[in-house]
Amino acid sequence: MQSEQNHHGPAWQEPLIILLAGILFGFGLALSQMINPDRVLGFLDIFGAWDPTLLFVLGGAVGVTIVSFRFILPRSRPLVGTKFYLPRSSDIDLPLIGGAVLFGIGWGIAGYCPGPGWVSVILKTGNPFLFLIAFVLGSFSYKTLVRKTTSDHPDSDRSHPSLSEP
Amino acid sequence: MTLDMANVPWQSALMGGILIGLSATVLLAFSGRIAGISGMINGALTFQRSELWRWWFLGGMLLGGLLYEYGVAPSLALEPTPVKALAPVSMILGGVLVGIGTRMGNGCTSGHGVCGLGRLSGRSLAAVITFLSTAMVTVFVIRHGFGG
Repeated sequence: MQSEQNHHGPAWQEPLIILLAGILFGFGLALSQMINPDRVLGFLDIFGAWDPTLLFVLGGAVGVTIVSFRFILPRSRPLVGTKFYLPRSSDIDLPLIGGAVLFGIGWGIAGYCPGPGWVSVILKTGNPFLFLIAFVLGSFSYKTLVRKTTSDHPDSDRSHPSLSEP
Repeated sequence: MTLDMANVPWQSALMGGILIGLSATVLLAFSGRIAGISGMINGALTFQRSELWRWWFLGGMLLGGLLYEYGVAPSLALEPTPVKALAPVSMILGGVLVGIGTRMGNGCTSGHGVCGLGRLSGRSLAAVITFLSTAMVTVFVIRHGFGG
């Protein structure tokens, strides 16, 4: 039986695994050509020359997670890290739907969502840089605004970074 | 709707999607974290020590992209990823809306889509249906809405 200390492994282990996971993600986005906004916009344009590429990407990704997460989530803790960082909210509320609407409009205008926008900075184009600067401006101005107006709101702990994803 | 499957690289799309799913699997299984990129960027920019791991993931994403674009693609004689003309208005307007929307709705295509659907989260399913349909309406209005 391994001790708790051995179970964690050396300190360099977790960053290295996270780096490798990032490489897989970036390579997958590039290979699947999600870093080409025309592929994304072609998928969203269901009344034009429809391009189903994105459907294969999302299908492949969710096909993996929907199976693998079944085996991971029942565990009491991750293999190297100390605990699971999962969202606590399960409410389908106005910020969720309103946020998804705004995100959808922006996605349809730019052709980038955050992942492809980030990876595309490796390409010889200025567009992803402009997109990312605007993304950060939008995101942090909303955060500042909401923190000011709802600082006593019971859900205000949701803005904590480690809880900021579903 | 017209569909020309000859121009759809579905094999590499499926393969890329599987790699993205494996990435989310590795991150959750080993580190207990959700691979959502909007939160990854937002958290990284707080520059807190507890959020340092996000920079490792984001750095890895760039390495993976570079590996494909300047390593694997040329060696397989694949076309470089096409880039579009500079479109400052679309990028800034779209970027601001994506920034506000993903912060407000707590996630994007990766967090709600790849990971949230993988967790069978009803909240994420509602978000995915909403942003996909809204994006489709937006593209329709831009491409066909003004007499086009």
